[in-house]
Amino acid sequence: MAEYLIKNGHVFDPVQHIKGDKKDIAIKDGKIVETSALSPAAKQIDAKGKSVMAGAMEIHAHVAGPKVNLGRWYRPEDKLFDSHKTPGMTRIEGGKSIPTVFKTGYEYARMGYTFAMEAAMPPLYARHVHEEIHDTPIIDEAALPVFGNNWFMLEYLKNHEIENNAAYVAWTLNQTKGYGIKIVNPGGTEAWAWGLNCLSVNDPVPYFDITPAEIITGLIETNEYLGLPHSIHIHGNNLGNPGCYQTTLDTLKLAEGFKAKNNFGRKQVMHQTHLQFHAYGGDNWGNFESKAKEVMDYVNKQDNLTIDTGNVTLDETTTMTADGPFEHHLGGLNHLKWANVDVELETAAGVVPYIYSPDIKVCAIQWAIGLELALYAKDPMRCFITTDHPNAGPFTRYPRVIKWLMSKKARDERLNTFKHTDKVIAATTLAEIDREITLYELAAMTRAGPATSLGLSKDYGGLKPGMNADIAIYNINPDKMPSDPEEIEKAFSGVACLFKDGKICVKDGIVVDNGNKRTFWVDVKVKPNKQVAHDVKEKFLKYYSVNEANYSVPDSYAPHPYVIAVDATQ
Amino acid sequence: MKTVTLTVKQAPELYLECENITPDTFAGKKADEIAQLPAYQGKEDTTLGEYFTIAGEAGATAAETQIILKGDCSKMKYIGIKMTAGEVIVNSSTDMYTGGWMKGGKLVVKGDVHSFCGLGMEGGEFLIEGNAGNYLGASYRGDWRGMQGGIIRVKGNVGSDVCTFMNGGELIVEGNADVHIATHAEGGRIVIKGDVNRRVGGQMVKGEVIVFGKIGLMMPGFKYIKDVDLEVDGTKARFAEHIGDLGERHPTRKGEPVYGKIFLKK
Repeated sequence: MAEYLIKNGHVFDPVQHIKGDKKDIAIKDGKIVETSALSPAAKQIDAKGKSVMAGAMEIHAHVAGPKVNLGRWYRPEDKLFDSHKTPGMTRIEGGKSIPTVFKTGYEYARMGYTFAMEAAMPPLYARHVHEEIHDTPIIDEAALPVFGNNWFMLEYLKNHEIENNAAYVAWTLNQTKGYGIKIVNPGGTEAWAWGLNCLSVNDPVPYFDITPAEIITGLIETNEYLGLPHSIHIHGNNLGNPGCYQTTLDTLKLAEGFKAKNNFGRKQVMHQTHLQFHAYGGDNWGNFESKAKEVMDYVNKQDNLTIDTGNVTLDETTTMTADGPFEHHLGGLNHLKWANVDVELETAAGVVPYIYSPDIKVCAIQWAIGLELALYAKDPMRCFITTDHPNAGPFTRYPRVIKWLMSKKARDERLNTFKHTDKVIAATTLAEIDREITLYELAAMTRAGPATSLGLSKDYGGLKPGMNADIAIYNINPDKMPSDPEEIEKAFSGVACLFKDGKICVKDGIVVDNGNKRTFWVDVKVKPNKQVAHDVKEKFLKYYSVNEANYSVPDSYAPHPYVIAVDATQ
Repeated sequence: MKTVTLTVKQAPELYLECENITPDTFAGKKADEIAQLPAYQGKEDTTLGEYFTIAGEAGATAAETQIILKGDCSKMKYIGIKMTAGEVIVNSSTDMYTGGWMKGGKLVVKGDVHSFCGLGMEGGEFLIEGNAGNYLGASYRGDWRGMQGGIIRVKGNVGSDVCTFMNGGELIVEGNADVHIATHAEGGRIVIKGDVNRRVGGQMVKGEVIVFGKIGLMMPGFKYIKDVDLEVDGTKARFAEHIGDLGERHPTRKGEPVYGKIFLKK
């Protein structure tokens, strides 16, 4: 394989605490190596006046699987006037908020991303998820199966059977080629089958007679019993409602007293996703306000938590989540269209188009909350930037979110041109925040941080010799930061150069190689468990619409796997 | 106002996508520049110059530009799409999407138009001297933004699914209409001088449909309220006012629910 030497670039790497110093980065056989290990034949890449970072890692996005595809089916208008072929080797790209798999891969790569986590995989439809992952070029991907409303889990955790629940989780990760434990509206989606919901962590789930709090702590214990690379990944109860920050604090407090047990360098026991949707005060849409400070004050104190922001980008988008009751509620608010999928014993999903209009007060406040969260974060290694794609906005808007975070001027320009600017300023604290995220902090929030949270910090998220050669070079010079914030957005929209596994995949914003895409999944070994084996067999006989043998994802669905082995038999 | 005349020199074998035939794209261009504008035929890239002889030149802005099309344009799609000002006159029939998402100016088709014309129209004037196909003034497939503003006048008949998801503006049909009129409408006004087949105002939230002729069968979600005298498009007459669709949600204004209305000439 080719050898490269990236010369004279300003390196930003939180792993080695390099804050923009000029340093050469050497690549050999897909890995970063010491410069002395290169042969004289190594190709030189001049990165003078540019910034060099590890490939960015997306920790939470809905980019593959049945609900994404449901969005594509029922929103043909999302591709209206937006199905294009750019010159070069790429295939046709289409869609704005629910792009085709090809566009998904290309766009992430153009922005310097090399990994994306599909945030909610219904185990029953795991094959579909892996088919789409396989068809997404360049970027590595993994998927989190959803467990928060699963019948097996509800029955085991009701009786606090952690060992059985762990055996079931291990079996499911193996069957679905999944990465970790995702929880969406714990208990609430199941309660919705009875026409109810769980709006606090103490609302009992009908029939199963378990509370969201018991589900969450039970799954934390399960996760740490198994020692998975990632912690539980939670979208809590009561998302998106005025006053929901109380439920959020109650949810976060459940992690108190738990310590991470794993061999992957992960420190947190709970990852709270798209916190923006969970940081609302007020008790109706009229007095709706930001509680970002209250929530972040708590997160900053507790070092066993990580979060991602879920920034609203003020676009027309498509919301989609396994929180079925929420989508039904949202469909009733905006009267556009609503679709729902029920996934047998496991979960459900809803899809509703949504327009975050700068002329609507609530949308503008949501925009401000997302930015406040990142700006209040004391430890950028525990706060990651997402748009909960496509829920708060398409991931293709990351450069714009970065612009707002890095430039107070850009933020103020946006804040002062809303239709209800005064009300937005009164309901938030964004106008008082002077902080501008630095390139070093950005590297932590988009690279080293997510890699550590996902348990991938050994090989990803940094530029240390020995790590994987996923490297992005941006046209931004830290010595001469542009005075025009638009230049920041432009620089992060198209990388000067992207290496994926030591191969150049994007050059000057143009895709030049489809890379060696891999599917990450976690294979956990547990002690044989007769009880769980019996339960699985029984549930398939009694309830599932498929046979147990037709449930698992065959190896051919993930032909380029990166399997992380975990031994939980000790 | 300056005039550009496009005369068809060869009919396309498939269909020609003419989204560049608008005063907005032509503005500030000379005949030879207009001839170079791209157009698709199937998957092939071609130019307007391949299919049209182009004479005259465009004005400096869209508002100062008039486009006249001569010859058979019945296999030309997207003429006048998204135009904001100026004038387009087509001396023949046209294919789908004519006048889609129009924002202003005037578009005249002296023959028939096919389906999906005037989709999501926001403003301006669209005159069809012949008949129109289905989905006139409706929303794009899947979208909820049908006709928002402007006026469409059809001298002949219209097909089915006219003004689905209409939110504003006005459609006047001097002939008859087929099934599904103003489905899901949340505003706007439709006048039909002739007869309508059936299914008028299904899931209608707001808006008005005025029918001079007969409705084959009134939807069960509509209820007769009272007789009213109206002047519609220059004609004074007495109409039976119906409200509905009673099975659909309805917004309230000053405590009173707002309904969709069908006025049927007595």
